[in-house]
Amino acid sequence: MPQIEVKNLAKVFRVAERRAGLAGAFRGLLDRRTREVHALAGIDFDIERGELVGYIGPNGAGKSTTIKILAGILTPTRGTCTVDGLTPWDDRRRHAARIGVVFGQRTQLWWDLPVIESFELLQRVYRVPEPLFRRNRDRMVELLRLGPLLDTPVRQLSLGQRMRADLAAALLHGPRLLFLDEPTIGLDAAAKLAMRDFVRTLNREEGVTVVLTTHDMDDIEALCERILVIGQGRILIDGGIDDLRRRVGDERVLIVDFEEPGSLAALERELHGAWLREVRVTGKRARIGFDAGAVAPAALITRVTSRFEVHDLFVEHPPIEHTVADLYAEHGEGEA
Amino acid sequence: MLAPYAAVVSARYRNLLQYRAAAFAGFVTQLFWGSIRLMILAAFYAAADGPQPMNLVEVVAYVWLGQALLGMLPWNTDADFKEQIASGAVAYDLLRPLDLYGYWYARTLAFRTAATTLRAIPMVVFAMLVLPALGLAEWALPVPSFPALAGFLVAITAAALLSTSITVLAHISMLWTLSGEGVDRILPSFVTILSGMIVPLPLFPDWMQPFLSWQPFRGLCDVPYRIYSGNIPIAEAAGEIAFTLAWTVVIVWAGRLVLSCGVRRLVVQGG
Repeated sequence: MPQIEVKNLAKVFRVAERRAGLAGAFRGLLDRRTREVHALAGIDFDIERGELVGYIGPNGAGKSTTIKILAGILTPTRGTCTVDGLTPWDDRRRHAARIGVVFGQRTQLWWDLPVIESFELLQRVYRVPEPLFRRNRDRMVELLRLGPLLDTPVRQLSLGQRMRADLAAALLHGPRLLFLDEPTIGLDAAAKLAMRDFVRTLNREEGVTVVLTTHDMDDIEALCERILVIGQGRILIDGGIDDLRRRVGDERVLIVDFEEPGSLAALERELHGAWLREVRVTGKRARIGFDAGAVAPAALITRVTSRFEVHDLFVEHPPIEHTVADLYAEHGEGEA
Repeated sequence: MLAPYAAVVSARYRNLLQYRAAAFAGFVTQLFWGSIRLMILAAFYAAADGPQPMNLVEVVAYVWLGQALLGMLPWNTDADFKEQIASGAVAYDLLRPLDLYGYWYARTLAFRTAATTLRAIPMVVFAMLVLPALGLAEWALPVPSFPALAGFLVAITAAALLSTSITVLAHISMLWTLSGEGVDRILPSFVTILSGMIVPLPLFPDWMQPFLSWQPFRGLCDVPYRIYSGNIPIAEAAGEIAFTLAWTVVIVWAGRLVLSCGVRRLVVQGG
């Protein structure tokens, strides 16, 4: 049985509408207009134990709503969801004891207390037996290099340090399921790498199931074998990164370094057809975007090397950001 | 069973004990106001003829205890809590395997009592020991009889529980208003007058007494302070404390009810 089963889950918010201007404000006092926002329009997915799933989508697409429902904070308008056999919003307390949640934009640590005191408070709140608490705490301190930070009040931590402490805080009670809502937001490159390493270790070595939302496609490429893409309250894609790429066409970029400064005109004369997406030349380097479904990369390379003096070349996928932006554009902006 | 809640009280309490400068400022302010109140009431007693419902010694005790324990009145809300509601971080509270009302009650109990502890101790030392040493014994906080002191300690504990239940209700109201501005302005006027903090309740006109003696705010000051001074005889103390606790139960029950409605409609900000 999957660890998480979501069926036809929908959430409708009622939002009060304001009219413009002073007259509108007065009318609003007497006659409030509300409109319905369909944050989730009926989604289905299963997640198995030990998976590491990336959950992505534009702002307002329903990512956080889904996480909040799965965590038991929000009640859906319709649909069912079970996590380890429990319905999160009905069995909120029992469910809460089994999961860990980190909201990247908010801290769950007590602002004025040293980190270790927040940890000890969480130990009591989650009723973690002392030996288990010590084992989990020591492991987190080691993996997240928290040793020097334990006695520092949270308000004095840098964002990267605070995120590491927040991650540890979410795991002290040893949950088998971890929700990470934008855990790398605002972090510098080193902190992001550390965070990814940690999440990978947690998933591979301890078998913790992780559901991760992010806007950082590097997080997804580095970590997730499976991604769920949500847009306008619907699941658009459920599969691997390759599925995402195939969905928006199999675009590749051939990058060629010529011996001589390249000439755009000569290249364009040589290459034309529906498969060609774009050609850009800067100095000796040319970037040739093409549809790998219409022309084999090997054939294209042969063609280029037979006509020009080539020093070096390689083929790459377009940045996944572009792929995702294309997909979002195809389905309109999430914010209706 | 209660261990997690006790841990919350203790953590928050330790956290709030850090604000020593604020406590000292509070002590000085309350000393000033206490002196003014004593002078006004003394002038009133000098001008009044006939017996009063309380004698001057009882009034002096009432005023000093009020100044010492002012912070325990449910007259404001926790800024931390306001911040949490406004930022949406309150979502984390729902992620704890705790009863939400119990969790908030524990936090609020610490909020209500921590600052008060810091201010009450110097105030009692000053009013009970320093004033007589300065030759102002008639204005000093009298030393109570042992039964009165015991009764007072039980009554003031009940008052803390009652005050916390009212403050939690104010906190819960923020789920609708999203800001504590409104309750923070309304609460002080009700609480300070109806508890007896401004004028001891027995000094109000007779026609108001039936109303004053049944309203819940009385349990916050009037009951414990009069038990302390002996104005409420120790034989009647148990009944008065039961009165305070009964109101506490009613307000806790109302708070739970309102909270369950609030959580159902709770839309965590930034969804």
